[in-house]
Amino acid sequence: MNFEAISTEIFILVLGLFAIVMDLVLPKNESRKSIGGVLVFALTGWVLYMFSMYVPETAVADGSATTRYFMDMMYIVDNYSLFFKQLFMVATVFTLLFSMDYMQTVLRYKGEFYALLMTALLGMCVLASANDFLTAFIGLELMTISFYILVGARISSVNSSEAAVKYLVVGSVSTAIMLYGISLVYGSTGTVQFYEMFHNQHLFSAAGLAGATMIMIGFFFKLSVIPFHMWAPDVYQGAPTPITAMLAMGSKAAGIAVFMRVIYVAFPLIGFYWLPILAVLSAVCMIGGNIMAIRQNDVKRMLAYSSIAQAGYMMVGMVSADYPGMKAVMFYGMLYVFANVGAFTALTVVEQQRGGSDYKSLAGLAKSAPVLAAVMTISLLSMAGIPPTAGFAGKLYLFTAVVNQGYLWLAFVGFIMSMISVYYYLQVAKAMYLAEGDGKELHISGAVRAAAVLSVIATILFGVWPEKLAELTNLAAYTFLQ
Amino acid sequence: MTSFPLLSAVLLAPICAAVILCFVSPKAAQSVRVIAASAMTVALALTLYAFFSYDMTAGGMQFTESIPWIKDLGVHYALGVDGISLPMLLLTDLIGLAAVYSSWNITNRPKEFYILLMILIAGVTGTFIATDLFIFLLCYEVVVIPIYIMVIIWGSTKRVSKEYAGMKLTIYLLMGSAFMLVGVVALYLTVGDVVGFRTFDMQALAVAGQNGLLSEEFQIFAFLLLLLGFGSLLSMFPFHSWSPDGYAGAPTAVSMIHAGVLKKIGGYGLIRLGLLVLPLGARFWAPVIAALAIINVMYAAYIALAQKDLKYVIGYSSVSHMGYVLLGFACLNVVSVSGAVANMVAHGVMSALFFSMIGFVYEKTHLRSVTELRGLAHQMPRVATGFMLAGMASLGLPGLIGFIPEFTIFVGSFSVYPVFAILAISGIIFTALYTLRVLAKVLFGPRDSKFDRYKDARGVEMMPLVILGIALVGFGIFPQLLMGMVGSGTEQLMPLLDRIAEVPGFIGGIR
Repeated sequence: MNFEAISTEIFILVLGLFAIVMDLVLPKNESRKSIGGVLVFALTGWVLYMFSMYVPETAVADGSATTRYFMDMMYIVDNYSLFFKQLFMVATVFTLLFSMDYMQTVLRYKGEFYALLMTALLGMCVLASANDFLTAFIGLELMTISFYILVGARISSVNSSEAAVKYLVVGSVSTAIMLYGISLVYGSTGTVQFYEMFHNQHLFSAAGLAGATMIMIGFFFKLSVIPFHMWAPDVYQGAPTPITAMLAMGSKAAGIAVFMRVIYVAFPLIGFYWLPILAVLSAVCMIGGNIMAIRQNDVKRMLAYSSIAQAGYMMVGMVSADYPGMKAVMFYGMLYVFANVGAFTALTVVEQQRGGSDYKSLAGLAKSAPVLAAVMTISLLSMAGIPPTAGFAGKLYLFTAVVNQGYLWLAFVGFIMSMISVYYYLQVAKAMYLAEGDGKELHISGAVRAAAVLSVIATILFGVWPEKLAELTNLAAYTFLQ
Repeated sequence: MTSFPLLSAVLLAPICAAVILCFVSPKAAQSVRVIAASAMTVALALTLYAFFSYDMTAGGMQFTESIPWIKDLGVHYALGVDGISLPMLLLTDLIGLAAVYSSWNITNRPKEFYILLMILIAGVTGTFIATDLFIFLLCYEVVVIPIYIMVIIWGSTKRVSKEYAGMKLTIYLLMGSAFMLVGVVALYLTVGDVVGFRTFDMQALAVAGQNGLLSEEFQIFAFLLLLLGFGSLLSMFPFHSWSPDGYAGAPTAVSMIHAGVLKKIGGYGLIRLGLLVLPLGARFWAPVIAALAIINVMYAAYIALAQKDLKYVIGYSSVSHMGYVLLGFACLNVVSVSGAVANMVAHGVMSALFFSMIGFVYEKTHLRSVTELRGLAHQMPRVATGFMLAGMASLGLPGLIGFIPEFTIFVGSFSVYPVFAILAISGIIFTALYTLRVLAKVLFGPRDSKFDRYKDARGVEMMPLVILGIALVGFGIFPQLLMGMVGSGTEQLMPLLDRIAEVPGFIGGIR
């Protein structure tokens, strides 16, 4: 057993246990922020260390580096999974940074938040490395169950509880569908492993195809792809704001990580037939998400619909089914993390100190917290894909990949819808810059300021100079398809 | 030792100013203004140096810089100017400096205003000096968002609310750019397939397009997409309606920059990308553009006749003038294209001066209506001079900047589209009508005592008038300064234009 391969997961698990122990050790009325601080430092260090785990392209090409497996190929550690793990950890670090104050004031059980965030992160990492359906299922459940609890963490809030129940019910249904699909696939092929399924002829039996379809539908639920999206707005709105952020950037990226592996490794032949359907679904997501987002009054709800649209953009990259497309998806996933951090940082502060997350609560933010208002505007523009933010480079990667495969109409839909999305993103800017608020200064802690400023620096840096991130995603995508 | 990166300095001056301004106290309004003005002065000085040291006999791209930027996309940070872009760059910095001075009296959040203004100017500057399509796009879209925020905060609500005006402006331009982006992506991939490597270098794209590597159907299709983008930016009929509303809602500086230079990115892009990269596409759509151009000239001038708000008059007049630019472009010969480029510069200077004067009057009197303002020449002789200069240039008085470019367009277009040329020339009558009507009512007539308490422009307030007035008269008396520069750029188009003239016509076959 090669335990070195799962060092990241062990590390995260230890951090989670540490959070539980710390929570017990600390006196009852002492702030739990110190736990968060430790986690931030530990995770940041590990993210930096993970750069050394990447296998260089040359080593993969000449076969001198073999892919690392754990537990008889159930668990794979390649550049692709490393990249996604780094993405999840970056998202978690930023979420911790801007949520510590919020959690301290809003939650009744504060220490558990950190432990559950770690188990959710662990679930995501398992998903990224899953090489058979059982591992994927375990990772998915670990992540989702952690999120069920986190979504309902504001016990005193009715909305939060409602969101948790809704998420639980819809999540369980989708899990059941997916599990049934997995059992059908297993029944017809006799294996649950991705690589072995690749060659298996029995997959093309009626039961196998039905199972594959059910698995896909399960993933569509998790990715909140229209028409399986109806849980997302309510859950996003009801959940505590930092958890909404984690749902938008972490949970979605984890779903995409395993989804891409399933289509490209387990079902490449079925996936080939699925690509036109994926193209249509991504167009539906881009159109539906963006149009429904226009009508929302609550910024969190608006961001929920916008995240549906963003899932559509990322699926555009999957449709191209080659390594530029894959690289574009990863690039986009990473910059989407930074954009979300910027937007949710401001939103978290506003919700904590003004008690709401609708457009009215944002009024006059440009005066009471000019930095947050600027960060929010730039982050939203990055989601819309306006240069010089990273969103522009990301969309360019996505759409060059897909146009190269002959889907010109998808580029039309994508670019036009992203320009339409500017409309509702600018409504937020309008509320912050034009409307007069109460003029009271907001209290912004150092951690929140750091999260906001770092995310916006990353957003602009990757917008004008995407070279380094592009190289990393290139490496991950290239070695994945070798 | 490499040479001094002149163009980077021109681009970085406003960007640096914006960054510095972020750290200036919001209460130090005077420092904010002085920093912005200094940055623009530096940019203008460097541009003037470039303008006068450009080697016209050699022609082509000069002051070039190129740094590999994004390797997997084939992007270079590449800058350079030729006889077409250099006048546009000069125009940008002239108007940029004038706009800084025109906004001198802004008291509401001056810091944010100037930061956004600097970003706006940097974006426009970058578009004109980029020789890499990616950098061009980057700068092209950067400008839209600052404009929106500036309109909704510092704009004015008259016939339409400023929120409406700002959103209309933004949506029109973004929708246009969505089509353009699809066209650019298609172009980038197609050229990449043909050439064998992916590149955004405009020169490489142009070589591919001109050497017949791109099929005719593709060129026609891609040109249409670009035309939708650049045409809506240039307020080509029927995508023009954002322009008067947008200018009316925008604060003075935004109107000046938008009408003065931003619009010209449309014309510049049509030449730089449309004509140079997709010559057959340009040839195919030219008759359509020419017809739309005439609608622009006649229809917008006709509407301008009926306007009561000064900003609407100038807004429609700018739509009308863009018709001449489009006509010059559509005729596809060296003379007419030179006229189009020169006319963009001429219109930029005069419309900026117009908007600056209107802004000044509005700031003092809070009136913009032709019916309410009268006899201002009694109280404000200097402002009246500015109005007269701009107005006379607008109707093409010889000796001012507007005459030679318009004349050149007519000369160039007459041989190609005689009917359209005659219609366009008759459009000047409308221009004269609405300009003279407005000037006569607003400036002359009996003295109205209700305006006695308003002072004339003085001190810093004079700067826009001085800067733009010098350009207006200078290029008018010495047209060779402008035409020589433009000519050295368009001369390079000669072989290309001759070649596509030989290709048999498709639409209409008017050749």
